[in-house]
Amino acid sequence: MPRRDDLHTILVIGSGPIVIGQACEFDYSGTQACRVLRAEGYRVVLANSNPATIMTDPAFADRTYIEPLTPEVIEAIIEREQPDALLPTLGGQTALNLAIRLSETGVLERHGVEMIGADAEAIATAENRDRFKAAMTEIGLATPESGFAYSLEEALEIGRSIGYPIIVRPSYILGGAGTGIAADEAELTRIAAAGIAASPVSEILVERSIAGWKEYELEVMRDRDDNCVVVCAIENLDPMGVHTGDSITVAPAQTLSDVEYQHLRDLAFACIRRIGVETGGSNIQFAVNPVDGHVVVIEMNPRVSRSSALASKATGFPIAKIAARLAVGYTLDEITNDITGETPASFEPTIDYVVTKVPRWAFEKFPGISDTLGTRMQSVGEAMGIGRTFPESLQKALRSLERGLAGLNAGPSEAAFDAFTDDELVRRAATATPDRVLHLEAAVRRGVGLDRLHAATGVDPWFLDQIDRIVEARAWLAEVGGPDGLDAGDWRWAKRLGFSDAQLAWLWGSDEAAVRAARTSRGVRATFKTVDTCAAEFAARTPYHYSTYEDDDEVAAGTKPKVVILGSGPNRIGQGVEFDYCCVQASFALRDAGFETVMVNCNPETVSTDYDTSDRLYFEPVTTEDVLNVIDAESAAGSLHGVVVSLGGQTPLKLAGVLPADLVLGTPPEAIDLAEDRERWGALCTRLGVPQPPGGTATTVDAALAVAAEVGYPVLVRPSYVLGGRAMQLVYDDGQLRAAMAELAASGSLGREGGLSAERPVLIDRFLEDATEVDVDAVRDAAGEVLIGGVMEHVEEAGVHSGDSACVIPPQTLDADVVATIEAHTVAIADALGVRGPLNVQFAVRAGDVFVIEANPRASRTVPFVSKATGVALAQVAARVIAGATLAELRTEGLLKPPVAGGHVSVKEAVLPFDRFPDADPVLGPEMRSTGEVMGIDESFGWAFAKSQSAAGDPLPESGTVFLTLNDRDKPAGVDLGRRFVQLGFELVATAGTAEALEAAGLPVVKVLGKVGDDAGDDAVELIGKGGIDLVVNTPSGSGPRADGAAIRKAANVHGVPCLTTVAAARAAAAGIADRQRAPLQVRSLQEYHADGQLPLA
Amino acid sequence: MTPAASRRPRPGRRPAALVVFADGTTFEGEAIGAPPRGGAATGEVVFNTVLSGYQEVITDPSYAGQLLCFTYPHIGNYGVTAADDESAGPHCRGVIVREISDRPSNWRASEGLDEFLVRTGTPGVTGVDTRRLTRHVRDAGALPAAIGPVEGDGALDEAALLEAARREPGTEGADLVAGVTTAEPYTVGSGPYRVVAYDFGVKRTMLDLLGRIATVEVVPASTPAAEVLDRSPDGVFLSNGPGDPAALGYATTAVGGLLGRVPVFGICLGHQLLAGALGGRTYKLPFGHHGGNHPVKRLGGAERTGPAVEITSQNHSYAVAPDGLAADITHINLNDGVVEGLASRDVPAFSVQYHPEAGPGPHDARYLFEEFRLLMDRGA
Ligand SMILES: Nc1ncnc2c1ncn2[C@@H]1O[C@H](COP(=O)(O)OP(=O)(O)O)[C@@H](O)[C@H]1O
Ligand SMILES: Nc1ncnc2c1ncn2[C@@H]1O[C@H](COP(=O)(O)OP(=O)(O)O)[C@@H](O)[C@H]1O
Ligand SMILES: [Mg+2]
Ligand SMILES: [Mg+2]
Repeated sequence: MPRRDDLHTILVIGSGPIVIGQACEFDYSGTQACRVLRAEGYRVVLANSNPATIMTDPAFADRTYIEPLTPEVIEAIIEREQPDALLPTLGGQTALNLAIRLSETGVLERHGVEMIGADAEAIATAENRDRFKAAMTEIGLATPESGFAYSLEEALEIGRSIGYPIIVRPSYILGGAGTGIAADEAELTRIAAAGIAASPVSEILVERSIAGWKEYELEVMRDRDDNCVVVCAIENLDPMGVHTGDSITVAPAQTLSDVEYQHLRDLAFACIRRIGVETGGSNIQFAVNPVDGHVVVIEMNPRVSRSSALASKATGFPIAKIAARLAVGYTLDEITNDITGETPASFEPTIDYVVTKVPRWAFEKFPGISDTLGTRMQSVGEAMGIGRTFPESLQKALRSLERGLAGLNAGPSEAAFDAFTDDELVRRAATATPDRVLHLEAAVRRGVGLDRLHAATGVDPWFLDQIDRIVEARAWLAEVGGPDGLDAGDWRWAKRLGFSDAQLAWLWGSDEAAVRAARTSRGVRATFKTVDTCAAEFAARTPYHYSTYEDDDEVAAGTKPKVVILGSGPNRIGQGVEFDYCCVQASFALRDAGFETVMVNCNPETVSTDYDTSDRLYFEPVTTEDVLNVIDAESAAGSLHGVVVSLGGQTPLKLAGVLPADLVLGTPPEAIDLAEDRERWGALCTRLGVPQPPGGTATTVDAALAVAAEVGYPVLVRPSYVLGGRAMQLVYDDGQLRAAMAELAASGSLGREGGLSAERPVLIDRFLEDATEVDVDAVRDAAGEVLIGGVMEHVEEAGVHSGDSACVIPPQTLDADVVATIEAHTVAIADALGVRGPLNVQFAVRAGDVFVIEANPRASRTVPFVSKATGVALAQVAARVIAGATLAELRTEGLLKPPVAGGHVSVKEAVLPFDRFPDADPVLGPEMRSTGEVMGIDESFGWAFAKSQSAAGDPLPESGTVFLTLNDRDKPAGVDLGRRFVQLGFELVATAGTAEALEAAGLPVVKVLGKVGDDAGDDAVELIGKGGIDLVVNTPSGSGPRADGAAIRKAANVHGVPCLTTVAAARAAAAGIADRQRAPLQVRSLQEYHADGQLPLA
Repeated sequence: MTPAASRRPRPGRRPAALVVFADGTTFEGEAIGAPPRGGAATGEVVFNTVLSGYQEVITDPSYAGQLLCFTYPHIGNYGVTAADDESAGPHCRGVIVREISDRPSNWRASEGLDEFLVRTGTPGVTGVDTRRLTRHVRDAGALPAAIGPVEGDGALDEAALLEAARREPGTEGADLVAGVTTAEPYTVGSGPYRVVAYDFGVKRTMLDLLGRIATVEVVPASTPAAEVLDRSPDGVFLSNGPGDPAALGYATTAVGGLLGRVPVFGICLGHQLLAGALGGRTYKLPFGHHGGNHPVKRLGGAERTGPAVEITSQNHSYAVAPDGLAADITHINLNDGVVEGLASRDVPAFSVQYHPEAGPGPHDARYLFEEFRLLMDRGA
């Protein structure tokens, strides 16, 4: 049956902010869905709170609501838009949960909205562990035996009935707390007790542990005629026990015989049919006993997922796009395979290469937490490598990660493993951590037998053997000693195993450029093959390429001038979907301007790596070698206009200096260097008369102490050339400064970041206390005109990383002359640097004085937020300017429109991952730790802020008790704050000192709380645990003991009580609560906000 | 400087080998498996796109006369086990892969693929740019080629391999069935029905599935219809097999003699022979269908509800032309419209071009064995 004509308007729900476990793969799926549904002629209404996404660009839907994803808000949207249907399966767990709520509470029925793509019953059966197990048992599928326990006795009872080993998984826990595997009763006693304590509801799942079994995922699609296909089977290199999101995963499955694979396929179909997913994609996870092939089903996700994004990129079969078509009535055989353009989508892709995904974690940003991986996902991003073989794809994925690896070891960081004994190395490999695969290589290289490693780690011998091939080759290459000893066949063999030129250079004590030159002089160059869903059985129309070292090349000649856009690599804290937004917008803008666009990126979650986004896609690591390969291939295939390096964050920007200078479009590499080079940048600011916080650079402890003595404490210490405030520390005295320097030295805990050297000095700045931070996004063109895209005032003061603080457009407290100074400084800096393209400048304003903190001649994290707040397509404008257009031309063309002014306020709020890391102190600081962001938009600042808080998952309380505990500096401001809350109808509780200040001002404090663990009075942590507090305001004291505050903040985090750590944020919260009391909730779409002339709220 | 002559050889290096097509196109690789007799193994090159199931494919008698290239690069990962053999051993002339696995891993495995190839006398080449080869076959059609080592004892050079490739006649018009069919009748299975199965190169999985519903008497390809009818079967099964159906006039005649007298079910070559007996003709596809992911649509006719699209295992170079058939077309290939199934309008006989038994491949179409059982219930 073709397209349903009874539907007119469809509501699509996105997945909200990027959080661990739910990242930009849902921007990819949602964007695809919106595009497909509009192409089918439906009116699309989109709800998503995340302004950084591509899907929330107003061009992708008829109505785009950047509003909190809460049932009330969605109901308000439904009331306004009267959709016929709701599509909830493309927005992750968030959208699915919301849809269930709306269905259960009768909202959908009341408004006549049909849920398409999955029904409530199917979702409930898949999502509820008990119902899922029962359903699987009914159709004869085994699941690991398990039971819920609420006491130690119950746990032991279950243990006796199902046998050991047993895995304990506490319910509703944060992070991996309380999870563990028990080999016997004694261990279960210990682990179960910890687990029950860790669970806020004192509930644990006690399940037979099958850790060490092989783990597989099948991506399945089904249509309304019951046609089912498996799009991809994914094998986890890390066996059961490590979450698939934290495992290295490989497609297709490598170690299953066809008999076993077809069995899994049959089971997967039985599962999707029983669960009742009528149309769309599902992810089904299986465990297979490596000893006898016994299969159990672990879980099923009745929606597109991270793995389906991976499967789509791995095969060229766009699951989300097809799921959207199936949801509106098509069957698989009615949909054409885009890639061949001839064959139908009712087939199973077959591939002739291997893809490997490696996750990227951010443990370094959360001091004190363990980096052991387990059943809860902790990674923040991933990179995928495509190669003809597993070794090649693994090494490509590892160098794509940008964590200082050029492949599977054979680089400076492997020295860290030299100190371990064999036993220690095996033990480390047996514990899954981000370094596990490196430990495995080091162990194999030492000669630890593969059998022993398999026994210790559960990693399949086939994978270990493949690692062994890399190890053997490395030994041989090292023996040969240099490029002169290699003939063309040897080169090809080494490259086919995935060795990068950088690894070879390291092995040979040479440099990468020399290795490349020697290699190409032997005629050995990368060749590009095509991802085509069919292993070349049919001709492919879609130029989706990956590099390898084979006989021939499939890159077709182009006719138009081409622009290469370098993407931002794996998501990480500090560099996420915002940069993908910029790259994708650039691709659209440049294509419209008549260029052929060529995207290079290695992140399988993104829209940029959708073959539909650019004219050509190279799924490649964004490294010097791989980018040069693309440039060579594209230069040979027509005219190459140039390469865009300034839209993908720090990753491509770092390459500006090594690419052929005449190909770097936009701001010249010298200017990029000038902005990064501390000394020259300082001199420039002085010349321009733009004040900077006093500071200096140092490479030794003594020099650092001297700088600090000159500028005075507190100071901010950080390495150069980093993003996201990496390794940045606020230091209050000499002792802390010495410690910070020791960590940054090559041998220190942060040595992996590169250590100290003349090229990489430490930057030491006077820390500006109580300053307001301001971000500016601007674009300067070749004619010298500077466009100020947006001036953002931060809610939290300087010292909280710009990426972690809330900010607002337009500025709320800055005087007009301060804004004018900021704009003038921005223009002066842009001119002086000779920027041609985007520029982001950060300022701190203290007592009316404006200081510049830094300038980045590239698109910033805030570009998408600015675009959505102002209606100016800033990334598109920047891309066009980079490629040579002037702002005046773009104005004439109509691409550059005047910003919409007045009438609304936009607040961006950061979303932090502390719920995954309960052991980390959730205080904000100069090191960025947020994974994502949300936006609140409304008539008033208060409402916009309140919306941003609900969107971030920390809704402001309507009434109740506020707990204030402030450092001395903040106490005076705290009194005003206390008064506001009392006026708003809240009760106050406080710690002794804060209570004293409040009471002295005549404010009632209903309870004075003692210090943690103190006998005097109620303990704050206990009260939070008991649910007696609705909002915590805790400002950390500068240098003193932080433990007490940390315990309070952690308790708030664990119990989900909103916790604000700055007075400024608390003030904003009070404003939000006040506005919310004054006016009812209203929702409005971006299209309305951006329309010429403000519309009245309807 | 030229590469040092004294260094130790690259780890894992095998003797250099080539794939040389009759049109002169050459591919470099390294030799695996058994040394080819006379230095070269020749045959028509076909590519197969399965991701798993290499052993079943290699031991499928339908590949007799062919050099088999796998598009998936890693072949041999999970080793080889006797349980997965589709016949007594490989029938293809050689195997071409990108990357053979030296250390298989799977609890079912009893040996590695390379050992298996050596043991069964099957030559092969690894390290080949199999994607380029596939694209070549896709563009140029299923050409003959020669494979063999070009290094070590008994090695030929490129020119000699080219010469060998040019001498290779290919499959057209050749009776390859005679080389793979059973010499003597034998019986398998213990089901309640009585089925005679023509062995044109039958796969074990077919006999396993038939054996669940019937006692199956397997007979040589040359068995005349009368002899089959003498066994008074409930149904006759026409198996798969290698090569050009047009070269098997004797078999077409036999099938004609069975129609209307006993229910008939054919698969692959059996399907082509049934078509021939029903007045149809076959033709050679440019590069055939060889893989495990082909979508086939059931057009009705078959009495079955449920999904209409079946993902199928396929292995055929020839196909049935839709015209002139005294039968309904029951299944078509959604990729290219090729006839995938037919049923006689007049007599109880049906067949499919693809492999419902799988081995390797998806199980979507196994219901056809049940349909055969129902047909036998109804009788002739
Ligand atoms: N019984 C078990 N024994 C050992 N490991 C398990 C078991 N069940 C699940 N796991 C591991 O935990 C991970 C997460 O479990 P899963 O049920 O898939 O939850 P999620 O919804 O978080 O993906 C799995 O990927 C697997 O590695
Ligand atoms: N001198 C300073 N005084 C107060 N805060 C500062 C100062 N320098 C930097 N910061 C704070 O540290 C954060 C990160 O510093 P920044 O130089 O922007 O690093 P990054 O390049 O990682 O964004 C800023 O957002 C700001 O809040
Ligand atoms: Mg899971
Ligand atoms: Mg910054």
